[in-house]
Amino acid sequence: MMNYEAVVIGTSMGGLEALRQLLAPLQRNFTLPIFIVQHRQATAEEYLTTFLNEHCVLAVKEAVSGEAIQAGTVYLAPADYHLLIEPNHTLSLSIDAKVNYCRPAIDVLFETAAEVYQTHLIGILLTGANHDGTAGLRKIKHHGGFTLVQQPSTAVAKIMPLTAIQAKVVDRVGTLAEIALFLNQLFPLKSS
Amino acid sequence: MQQIEIEQIELNLLLEALYQRYGYDFRHYSQASIKRRLQYHLAKTPHTSISALIPEILYNEAACQALLFDISVTVTEMFRDAWVYLAIREKVIPLLRTYPFINVWHAGCATGEEVYSLAILLQEEGLSDRVRIYATDFNDVALQKAKTRIYPLKRMKEYSQSYQQAGGKSSLADYYHAHYDSVIMNESLQQNITFANHNLATDGSFGEMHLIFCRNVLIYFNQTLQNRALTLFRDSLCYNGFLCLGTKETLRFSEVEHEFNPFVESERIYQCKYQKPNGSIFNTGQ
Repeated sequence: MMNYEAVVIGTSMGGLEALRQLLAPLQRNFTLPIFIVQHRQATAEEYLTTFLNEHCVLAVKEAVSGEAIQAGTVYLAPADYHLLIEPNHTLSLSIDAKVNYCRPAIDVLFETAAEVYQTHLIGILLTGANHDGTAGLRKIKHHGGFTLVQQPSTAVAKIMPLTAIQAKVVDRVGTLAEIALFLNQLFPLKSS
Repeated sequence: MQQIEIEQIELNLLLEALYQRYGYDFRHYSQASIKRRLQYHLAKTPHTSISALIPEILYNEAACQALLFDISVTVTEMFRDAWVYLAIREKVIPLLRTYPFINVWHAGCATGEEVYSLAILLQEEGLSDRVRIYATDFNDVALQKAKTRIYPLKRMKEYSQSYQQAGGKSSLADYYHAHYDSVIMNESLQQNITFANHNLATDGSFGEMHLIFCRNVLIYFNQTLQNRALTLFRDSLCYNGFLCLGTKETLRFSEVEHEFNPFVESERIYQCKYQKPNGSIFNTGQ
């Protein structure tokens, strides 16, 4: 089995429910850090963090600039900030120009994570109505990482996963349940 | 050696060249951002590797300025995070009002959108005759742009909404004149502003401040440089002076954490509790 060290997830329209379905089944012994970009409006509230925490076993938090990456923690890009992975395995935020008209942009997270984790990264693209994320998945593949997308027919908005499939940057296509199963199987429960 | 490791060496060499040749110190910036910005700059040149930029910037100052602009200018907007301006208006201003004269330092003002936002707020609160705003950045091109007071008209609708959410007392349109697709901010706003070049990575304190505004600058710094900047702010603030950071920035885990009290924590407004040692040039005996 590949020795994975991190998971990055990108989603846009319909992402809230997709993230719940993907993250809720993950078990406590899932020890990889998970980084998520969900496109959303800038507000003062942290609704998304609260919502996902209510449905997940894993701890979900908004990423803070400069913080060291912890195992088994789910990090969300704050609204209106890009989330980047630093070579020294810390997180950083930026208010640089929008990418694909988005901030946070999926490509920014995926591309910086690909450079840091290289073959040890899993990139997942879910439902969404724009093209953000495909360039990021390409970079993950370029560095030897593994890429999955949500089966477009099961997505609220299929453009985002479909764009990645058409660009031939996807290793595996699956439903949310299948992707969750794939992630859980990386850390089999010990029977004793 | 892998490609990524080679690129890391190229990046380090370029930043060292920039520092030794011109004194611009990016060596303690977050690497991922600076690398993305360098790659963006590289794509506009005929070169294909970061190291190929080194001879050019060493011998050609214009090339250095172009690179500097691409790697240092941050995107900003008027009344960004309107609720922060509302907190300043409702909670900080009543205390600032008690001083006979108020010094404000806007560190890392970039192209000036937030400086004029602050100037509008202070004018509406009737403080313009006794406030001085020092707006600093290390990027001269950005400072020049800020001094022109000219911004694109198409952003004004969005800025007007933010202005209202920030507790604006009239209409944002009262503070600018539109011409074709641009606007120019009223000259009266600039009367209280002194624009100056200042580099948080290398320069020191220049006066005693009552409010320091530094938002979304520290997110680009590593821990070493964050501590340098925050210590500089502490040393520049009067006792009970205010520090306003970006909404995703915090004093927690910094070297000066215990010398500030949270004032409006959710908006990242802190109050300085640091008693300067006797003999300090800024010791006013308060």
